[in-house]
Amino acid sequence: MHEVALAQEIVEICQAHVESGSKIETVKLEIGALSGVVAEAIEFCFEACAKGTALEGATLLIDKIKGTAKCPICAQTFEVAAVFDPCPHCQTYPVEILSGRQMRVSEIEVNDV
Amino acid sequence: MCNTCGCNPNHSHAHAHDHPAPRKKITIEQDILSKNNSLAKTNRALFKKHQIFALNLVSSPGSGKTALLEKTLRELSAKTRFAVIEGDQQTDNDAQRIAKTGVPVHQINTGAGCHLDAHGIAHALDHFDLKNLDVLFIENVGNLVCPATFDLGEHHKVAVLSVTEGEDKPLKYPTMFENSDVMLLNKIDLLPYLDFDVKKCKEFAKRVNPKIKIFEISVKTGAGMSTWYEWLAQEAREI
Ligand SMILES: Nc1nc2c(ncn2[C@@H]2O[C@H](COP(=O)(O)OP(=O)(O)OP(=O)(O)O)[C@@H](O)[C@H]2O)c(=O)[nH]1
Ligand SMILES: [Mg+2]
Ligand SMILES: [Zn+2]
Repeated sequence: MHEVALAQEIVEICQAHVESGSKIETVKLEIGALSGVVAEAIEFCFEACAKGTALEGATLLIDKIKGTAKCPICAQTFEVAAVFDPCPHCQTYPVEILSGRQMRVSEIEVNDV
Repeated sequence: MCNTCGCNPNHSHAHAHDHPAPRKKITIEQDILSKNNSLAKTNRALFKKHQIFALNLVSSPGSGKTALLEKTLRELSAKTRFAVIEGDQQTDNDAQRIAKTGVPVHQINTGAGCHLDAHGIAHALDHFDLKNLDVLFIENVGNLVCPATFDLGEHHKVAVLSVTEGEDKPLKYPTMFENSDVMLLNKIDLLPYLDFDVKKCKEFAKRVNPKIKIFEISVKTGAGMSTWYEWLAQEAREI
């Protein structure tokens, strides 16, 4: 469950962006389907990690980014569920991964008190 | 508009909820792993400065990482200066096994943590004489999932897979094998007693990572160990 460590990182990153006393209401994340991270597990750990911080009770909005790839042979682009998926058109692999590896904190919403 | 009831905040009718103060949006756009990645970069710079070849050994529990290290250290430490960082949730059993070979070792206990991170490695490095070190082995916590995500600053991840685990592991845990440059297929002395399909296993590993180098070894009998030693010597020379 490295999601615990990731949830702690999320809390730290967000806290570094606000004044003390502010309350963070929402946190927007981008989690790629190929990142090796389970979005639901992050959600599960986040609540506990946020306790006693500016993020306590904050809503986590997770934008799940699809895995997409381009075939080096037939040049078509398509969705992939795993990095080793072959091209659905000509069965070539490996394919060039275009998106889906990221895990980022994209935006927060703050209530200044 | 009020999110709770959809009314206009300037309305006058009485109702039971507060209208929250206006929210401020702050753009962050930061990788969740950015802190670990920057510490890994610091470790990498330190390895470079002292010309240390660093390997991160990853595998599920019991694949033979410590056994591999014990044998490698016993056979090569006459010519090469080694050090070992041991990562386990609890106990210093593995550090004690390594200490018996005479090689400097430092144990990190991660407690509930399921992986080593760059921060832990940075502190562990304080325990070694970096000026007199050629090769650093980091034995990660036995776990095929979590250690894959955390860069420690190593030159290569080396995945150890033992034949008792089944040939499908590279497909089931692709991130680990994708991020490893070498796969040591260990315990091949047990193949006669198993239905493990070596050819398929290698095919699966190559599918996830076409560039992965695969060595078939048995730490117990010593079979194939010379291929691993040759790779180690070659790569350590080239850094
Ligand atoms: N038959 C056989 N057994 C082996 C071989 N290599 C290791 N073992 C055995 O596998 C068991 C586990 O070995 P360890 O070296 O402790 O494995 P590990 O990967 O360090 O385990 P953790 O640190 O707990 O994750 C021990 O009983 C070893 O003797 C091998 O090549 N053949
Ligand atoms: Mg061990
Ligand atoms: Zn194609």
